[in-house]
Parts: sequence; C-alpha cells; structure tokens
Amino acid sequence: MAQVAHPAAPAVPITVTVNGTTYRHAVEPRTLLVYYLRDTLSLFGTHIGCDTTSCGACTVLLNGLAVKSCTVLAAQADGAEILTVEGLARDGQLHPIQEAFWLEHGLQCGFCTPGMLLTALQILQRHPDPSDPEIRRGLEGNLCRCTGYQHIVNAVRRAARELQSAPPAGAD
Amino acid sequence: MIPDRFEYFAPQSVPEAVGLLQRYGAEARLLAGGHSLIPLMKLRLAAPRYLIDLNRIPRLASIEEDATVLRIGALTRHAELEASELVRTRYPLLADAAHVIADPLVRNMGTIGGSLAHADPAGDWGAAMLAVRAEVVATGPRGLRTIPIDGFFTDTFTSALEPDEILTEVRVPRPQRGSGGAYLKLERKVGDFAIAAVGVSLVLDGRGTCGQVGIGLCNVAPTSLRARRAEAVLEGKKPEAAALARAAAAAAEEATPVSDLRGPAEFKRDMVRVLTARALRRALQRARGEG
Repeated sequence: MAQVAHPAAPAVPITVTVNGTTYRHAVEPRTLLVYYLRDTLSLFGTHIGCDTTSCGACTVLLNGLAVKSCTVLAAQADGAEILTVEGLARDGQLHPIQEAFWLEHGLQCGFCTPGMLLTALQILQRHPDPSDPEIRRGLEGNLCRCTGYQHIVNAVRRAARELQSAPPAGAD
Repeated sequence: MIPDRFEYFAPQSVPEAVGLLQRYGAEARLLAGGHSLIPLMKLRLAAPRYLIDLNRIPRLASIEEDATVLRIGALTRHAELEASELVRTRYPLLADAAHVIADPLVRNMGTIGGSLAHADPAGDWGAAMLAVRAEVVATGPRGLRTIPIDGFFTDTFTSALEPDEILTEVRVPRPQRGSGGAYLKLERKVGDFAIAAVGVSLVLDGRGTCGQVGIGLCNVAPTSLRARRAEAVLEGKKPEAAALARAAAAAAEEATPVSDLRGPAEFKRDMVRVLTARALRRALQRARGEG
C-alpha cells in the first residue's frame, strides 16, 4: 500500500438542511458527513466510534434514512435533510424516544446513544408496533459496550407505545 | 481516518458518467452506496484521484418484473430489495440474501450494482446471483453489454467490467414452476461478513426430480464461486437424502477457503457442507410449496 497524497481538488458547494436549518458551505470533497456535522456545524452529538463502519455511533437520518455518517461524504448530502440527535428535542421538551431511554435506563456512558436514538426512530417509522426481535434486528448496526442492549430494547418498546398513543407534533 | 484527497464529480446521466470514466481511466472510481469503497478509502487501501458519484443519475434504482426476467437497477439499495414484496414472494433466495447483508444502516446505502461490481468474494450478492444464473448489464462507450454472472467474477475484487463501463442493471430469470431457493449465512456476529454462506436455487419437475440446480458459495474462495460439481450431483436426480449429502460434500470440496480471523479453513469447508445441506432442504421445501 503506497502512501499517496493527491493534489488539492476544487471544493464542492453543498446546501444541507440540518435539524430544520439550512446551511451553505464549500467542502473538501473528502470531507465525511460526520466531520462536517461536528467540525463545521459544531453539532457534536454525532459521535465517531470506530473508523470501520461498524459501531453506528455516527448514525443520523439522511432524507429519512438511518445511515452511518462516517461512511457518507458531505458532498453526497447536498440538497438533503438531515436529522441529528440535537434535532430531537423541541422547545426544551424531550422527544418520546429520548424520554423512553431516560426512563428505561437505556444508556450508561452515552457514547452510542445518539446513534441508538436515530436508529430507533427508523425502526419505529418502519415498524410502529415492533416485536422485540424486530427491535433487535433494527439495532444490529449500533454497538453498545455498556448496557448489554436489554434496556435499549425496553426503551424502544416504550417509545413505540408512547408514539402510538400520542405522536408529537411534527414527528419524523 | 480520512480518505486521501480526490476530485469529486456528480454526473446527471449515465453517458456523462461514462465520459468521466473514459477521461480519467484507472485513476477514477465510481461511488454508489459507498459502503465498500469509502471504508477502503478511509484506510487508504483505495485512493482514487477522481470519484464519480452515481447517486444523482435518475432511474438507476428499480425493481421490475417483465415477461422473462426480474430487472433490478444497479443503484437499488439492499434495504429496498429486503423490503420488496415482489422479491420476498417470488425470489426467496434473493430475499434471504438481502436480509443478511451487513446491518440495516449499511443496507440503507449499499447497492446491488456496487456490491457486484466490487467483486468482493465476501459479498453476498455474488453467491446469490451465481445460484440464480443472473446476468448483469454493463453500459459503456460502445453501448450495452450483457454479461452472464458465471464469468463475471474473474479474480478477487476483479470483475469482467471494462474500466469505462458501468454496471447498470442486474437481470434474474423469472422462477419456473416448481422452483425454490434459499440463502444461508454463518457469521461470527451480526453485521459481519460470512464465515461461509451458500445460495441454492433448484427446480423440481412433476415427478420430483431436480432440473436445473444452482449453488453459489460466498467467502470460501478467491471469488464468489459456483459449485458446479455439487450442482451436477443433483441435476436430473431425485433429491433424496444420500444425494443431498453427496452434493453438500461436493460443494465443500470445491470451496477453497483460507484460515483467517473468521476461522480455520477446515472449519469453513465443513460449514459449506452443512450450509449447502440446509439450503438444499430449504430450497426443496419452497419448491414443493411447503413455504
């Protein structure tokens, strides 16, 4: 494997709407979406956990799809709508998924939690009343070293019940 | 880690993308789902100078059946195939495979065309498509070319695509009456590549004899592998226990796994035997309409 250092390339103009706010930037083509969110937009809630596309701590919703933002270029997000963990709470009110993680003790160190929350939203979009196996399957791309997952599963189950009975206004 | 620098293009049409490939040749790579390429670039195992993003080109993702084939657009995401009612009900082998690729987040981005073109022997679609005798359509400056999947994987991470061609469609023969298929994967943990995986497709005639049999092996050879000798054991025969066992043993012998972090070669070889036997039984159940 040779060390290469290609010459600088033209920046790519991107327009991205993140948590409802539209940003315009020119990014280096190789900028990964997770770095754009953290370093350019100062949204540090999306975490970088593994460098091998394994852990899912970097999960965001990109046009409604849960993706590992460490494996997507910022350039690919041009024109897209992105939801990060910072976009879940509204006017100081926790999103039901956040409430559920709190009440069910679905986190300890919290490092995986932003990714878990966004993936949980995707699971509930696709399965509003998920079985435990469906929840576990949906979480396969998100690793947690602290909880052993059971409380995370409980949290998603609880959030499913909450969202079914009273969906928040403007919920994704 | 961070990829090396590259120049980025987002063409709006296939001819535009082909033109970029022609211009930049070996220094260019195509970006589809990016969940094989970008990890390689982050590790600097790949460092293309030019990256051609295919995701702005319309109408490259679709799942449609016509009179003879299931046509899958190259940019169709694994998740779309997993969710497709058409695939689930009429192409159970493909549904099984879609279900076990990586994890749900990767499946939201990864594409079938990207997976096949990447020609990773650990790619599940390779073995699945070998089993169903698919074809791929390559679009280049000389027009369209149909490539049978059988000769498509020429070496590890190497396909029969020319440097200026783009894989634009995958075509799977429509199932005949009496056909059944299954894809089984053994992995160390969720989201992993296979220790071994096997896809089996077969047809039973009215007397319960096997017609065409397709067996594809994943991650146990330098490329996705078609287990021809195993297929020949069953074609034209009744799929009785002894024949199934011989076919499974033949598949295991045809595999050439290497010992690595996923296990010793002999273990993997024996898992080919076990998975082939199980996939054969499952395919037969489905062929007999036993669901």
